[in-house]
Amino acid sequence: MNKPLPDAEDLLARLTERMRASVTPDTALIGIHTGGVWLAQRLHKALGLRQPLGTIDVSFYRDDYGSRGLHPKVKPSNIPFEVADADIVLVDDVLHTGRTIRAAMNELFDYGRPQSIRLAALIDRGGRQLPIAAQFVGAEVSVADGDQIELRKNEKDQLSLALNRQGAA
Amino acid sequence: MMGYNPQLNANGELQHLLTIEGLPREIVLHILDTALSFLSVGEREIKKVPLLRGKSIFNLFFEASTRTRTTFEIAAKRLSADVINLNVGTSSQSKGETLLDTVANLSAMHADMFVVRHSQSGAAHLIARHVAPYIHVINAGDGRHAHPTQGLLDMFTIRHYKKEFAALRVAIVGDVLHSRVARSQIHALTTLGVPEVRVIGPRTLLPSNVSELGVHVYHDMATGLKDVDVVIMLRLQSERMNGALLPSAQEFFKYYGLTPEKLANAKPDAIVMHPGPMNRGIEIESSVADGRQSVILPQVTFGIAVRMAVMSILAGNA
Repeated sequence: MNKPLPDAEDLLARLTERMRASVTPDTALIGIHTGGVWLAQRLHKALGLRQPLGTIDVSFYRDDYGSRGLHPKVKPSNIPFEVADADIVLVDDVLHTGRTIRAAMNELFDYGRPQSIRLAALIDRGGRQLPIAAQFVGAEVSVADGDQIELRKNEKDQLSLALNRQGAA
Repeated sequence: MMGYNPQLNANGELQHLLTIEGLPREIVLHILDTALSFLSVGEREIKKVPLLRGKSIFNLFFEASTRTRTTFEIAAKRLSADVINLNVGTSSQSKGETLLDTVANLSAMHADMFVVRHSQSGAAHLIARHVAPYIHVINAGDGRHAHPTQGLLDMFTIRHYKKEFAALRVAIVGDVLHSRVARSQIHALTTLGVPEVRVIGPRTLLPSNVSELGVHVYHDMATGLKDVDVVIMLRLQSERMNGALLPSAQEFFKYYGLTPEKLANAKPDAIVMHPGPMNRGIEIESSVADGRQSVILPQVTFGIAVRMAVMSILAGNA
């Protein structure tokens, strides 16, 4: 844990300001479980959006099901608005390979055909394996390949980042 | 009984689903939690997810069934699997092929999963012992032994309406003797920590050793249903009865058929369940089956989500 990560609350404030000019009250936010949902809840409130918040768990669309099986803690997806023709911003904590976002987009299209999908990520750590990019990013952070950046939330709902070293998890 | 569990692989993960007896509580809860996520898939415009794309699931029914076979088929299709339905009673077996030969032939057709219903207790176990390690077997009812997915969907239903298992009183009513469903329910309720499970029925339709399963035995509906939270009615299985266990269906209805008057002994918010198919006027009166406390049709809907959960967990545990 000796590598300094940026402060998650600062990054969220920055992300919120970067999104503010580009969203309307009708923009629909969908948080990706679990960290993305925490962020989306905060963004939804800070940006004063009218559409109810959506949440998505991509476990049923992951491309590593064949090798790793079903994720042990699947949460229900809940999209409480009409996806067809909606302007959607997907929210995730860490953008890395892009595979989670691919899965989330596939799932979304099973609800309907959105007008547009954009992506907001608290952290972009690079390492993409698919042609996916975020429109809104809190910060770009580089860490070693096998390390994991984890978003955490304490009992006061304050967000923080932790680095899980390769092999130490 | 200890040690080797044919349902689990070397990592302790679910390899086959054969019976709820001996299944770890965490696995039961994992299935119920996963089913909750599949329930919302059933409410979408497109009710399919791609998990089992390219997998072949064989519904191997040696015994007639409409609801169970159909809900397994829907569950597999919503997981994007290819489903092949075989009513084996009408084909190979009548030509003399053995059960294991039938399974070996279907395995040679690259089956990934078998859903098996058979009138012989232990049929699914037998198949599970002989298939290749990458093939999964689900017991969809074997003789009087077990019907684990029915037991699980009943637990899902109870949790949906009652939230917690820890303070519940559950009564299972009727023909427990012939019921694999009742056996699976009792094991599931016990595993999930339901403190009071009752069985209610005439002596001739309760197994003599039923109290060894940790249930309370009643022969009278008024006392048996007193203050229960959940009433599970069983189907009177006349096709499994040889000999005179009952004077008549009318007599049975008089003493054990669920009527509004008898149901009034249970808690006012008690739910009424039935695994189907129902014999209206024999074990349950229509006004109860269609009444406000009945959750019999939601059970069917939940059954699809629970079977999707079981199939996707099994197929993922290679």
